[in-house]
Amino acid sequence: MRYAFWPGCVSRAGTPELYPAATAVAEKIGMELIELEQASCTGAGVLGERNEELVDTLNARNFALAEQMGLDTLLTICSTCQGVMSSVNYKLREKPDYLAKINESLAEEGLEYKGTVRVTHMMWAVVEELGLSNLKEMVVRPLNGLKIAPFYGCYILRPRYVLGMNEEHAHRDQYLEYIIEALGGEPIDYEGKLRCCGFPIMTINEANGLRMVSNHTLEAKDMGAHALVTPCPLCHLNLDEFQPKAAKSAGKPINMPVLHLPQMIGTALGFSVRDMGLQRHIVSTEPFIELSGMPRR
Amino acid sequence: MDVTLKVKRYDPETDEAAHFEEYQVDLPEYGAVLDGLLAIRDEQDGSLSMRCSCRSAICGSCAMKINGKSRLACKTMVSQLKELEGDVISVEPMGNQPVIKDLVVNMDMFWDKVNAVQPYLRPEGPVPEKEYLVSNESMMELAVAMNCIMCGACVSDCTVLEVDKGFLGPAALAKAFRFAGDPRDGHKQERLQLYTEPNGVWDCTRCFMCVSACPKDVAPMERIMDVRAMAMEAGLTNTRGARHVDAFASSVKHSGRLNELNLALKTFGFIRAGIDLAPMGIRRLFKRRLPPLMHKKIATAKNIGRLFDKLGV
Repeated sequence: MRYAFWPGCVSRAGTPELYPAATAVAEKIGMELIELEQASCTGAGVLGERNEELVDTLNARNFALAEQMGLDTLLTICSTCQGVMSSVNYKLREKPDYLAKINESLAEEGLEYKGTVRVTHMMWAVVEELGLSNLKEMVVRPLNGLKIAPFYGCYILRPRYVLGMNEEHAHRDQYLEYIIEALGGEPIDYEGKLRCCGFPIMTINEANGLRMVSNHTLEAKDMGAHALVTPCPLCHLNLDEFQPKAAKSAGKPINMPVLHLPQMIGTALGFSVRDMGLQRHIVSTEPFIELSGMPRR
Repeated sequence: MDVTLKVKRYDPETDEAAHFEEYQVDLPEYGAVLDGLLAIRDEQDGSLSMRCSCRSAICGSCAMKINGKSRLACKTMVSQLKELEGDVISVEPMGNQPVIKDLVVNMDMFWDKVNAVQPYLRPEGPVPEKEYLVSNESMMELAVAMNCIMCGACVSDCTVLEVDKGFLGPAALAKAFRFAGDPRDGHKQERLQLYTEPNGVWDCTRCFMCVSACPKDVAPMERIMDVRAMAMEAGLTNTRGARHVDAFASSVKHSGRLNELNLALKTFGFIRAGIDLAPMGIRRLFKRRLPPLMHKKIATAKNIGRLFDKLGV
């Protein structure tokens, strides 16, 4: 399993524990990640509001860089990057004339996107390429007795036609549950799991964003979850970093540990708290660490 | 085809709370959920209340939550649901609106919000002798939004309305796009001003729920993004949302990557950001989690900047 790798800007800045955790887990499960050092930000849905063609061009450039390295699959650990890349890729494949126009812009840098790249997220690759039975065999510290609430985030769920979920991958909205079970944990079912974390409106209407945080984390807590897990660093930013503020607005304590997907996988594969950066979260992950029995270092 | 429908029932005159009741019906292979509900009403319980009319996904009456997702009951095929989502089909009234009885909700809020965006043309200048002439191209862009049948499915699934009933919401704002973009209208600037006020387009959280729910491919969220772009184009840039987009663009333009620290400072303004973000900064310091203070450019950042310039951003 060899991939062109785009970690996304947030995995190294906003949530700096994600990048080292994800790359360590990837190595352990046999995913070779070749980082696209010269790739740019995907636009995160924000840039498209100013200029859609610019977003299409920037992403086509990233795809072209992957092609140039002879790699056919571009893997990311950010749901939002994945969502933008998948929708641009879908559009460019549907409209060859438009792709030709975009390629004119890329030609100045000596690049061309031929349309051969497939976009995937680590969550998808674990289920579809590594396989759940292989993952199961690698588990050394099963998450026995741990109830975990999956939280997908919008960009890895919608729109379905862009994400291949109307065709061969109809069950991509259940992969977190599959992975939690393969690692020996118990997935919690709750309404919030397919909803929005509220991050995109934090700069515009913080009160609404905070209400989303407290609604989802408190619902998971009511269902008995020991931790919440997400494949999206932006969801993590909101559900973890803003949780103390959300608890204050809601007028009750929450204290729900929020894990990045690779951290949860790494826990079951034998990594330590330090390896996975679990001590760096804003909301204490102690209850999860203790129940999982993972070593400190 | 035997079908089990689990229907949420509520009668304000007799029930304290809503509850599910299960019904078995026999439907032809091509049966829709609405056929099942009508069979229940005709053959098993005449008191089951719902709205429906055309049975052809045109009138927009029968939107309801089917297996948790807002859809038109007449357009949702039972055989497909059984194959993809399991044997028992749950049916509930739409979300975000008060339930009157069983599957019927009070849509007053929906209509109030649509009315609030002035959903009618307001031409300026002398009235032409015959009709107003418009180009095909200009109407093509609007046609997507004109497909709206006002069923309310998007409003039912809107994640912002779940936490804030003041938000204008996807249906009304898609309608807003349809009128702000119409070449016959004479009040574009005034409209854009109205739509970018609090509770307007900048309050959308871009969750795609409405895009998934809409049975007519209006993609309301995309139309909201169109109005944001129109507003910025028209110079309405003194909103936090517009400043956020500008700061984001400038960061990527100059370094190829997103500078999160700078983004926050520019969006909020330095003083507000200082006060608001300081406690977070301190918390992060203790967790050894500060983002890099020096933002690094990628080696080919100049090429990225050139692409921005080329497209005038």
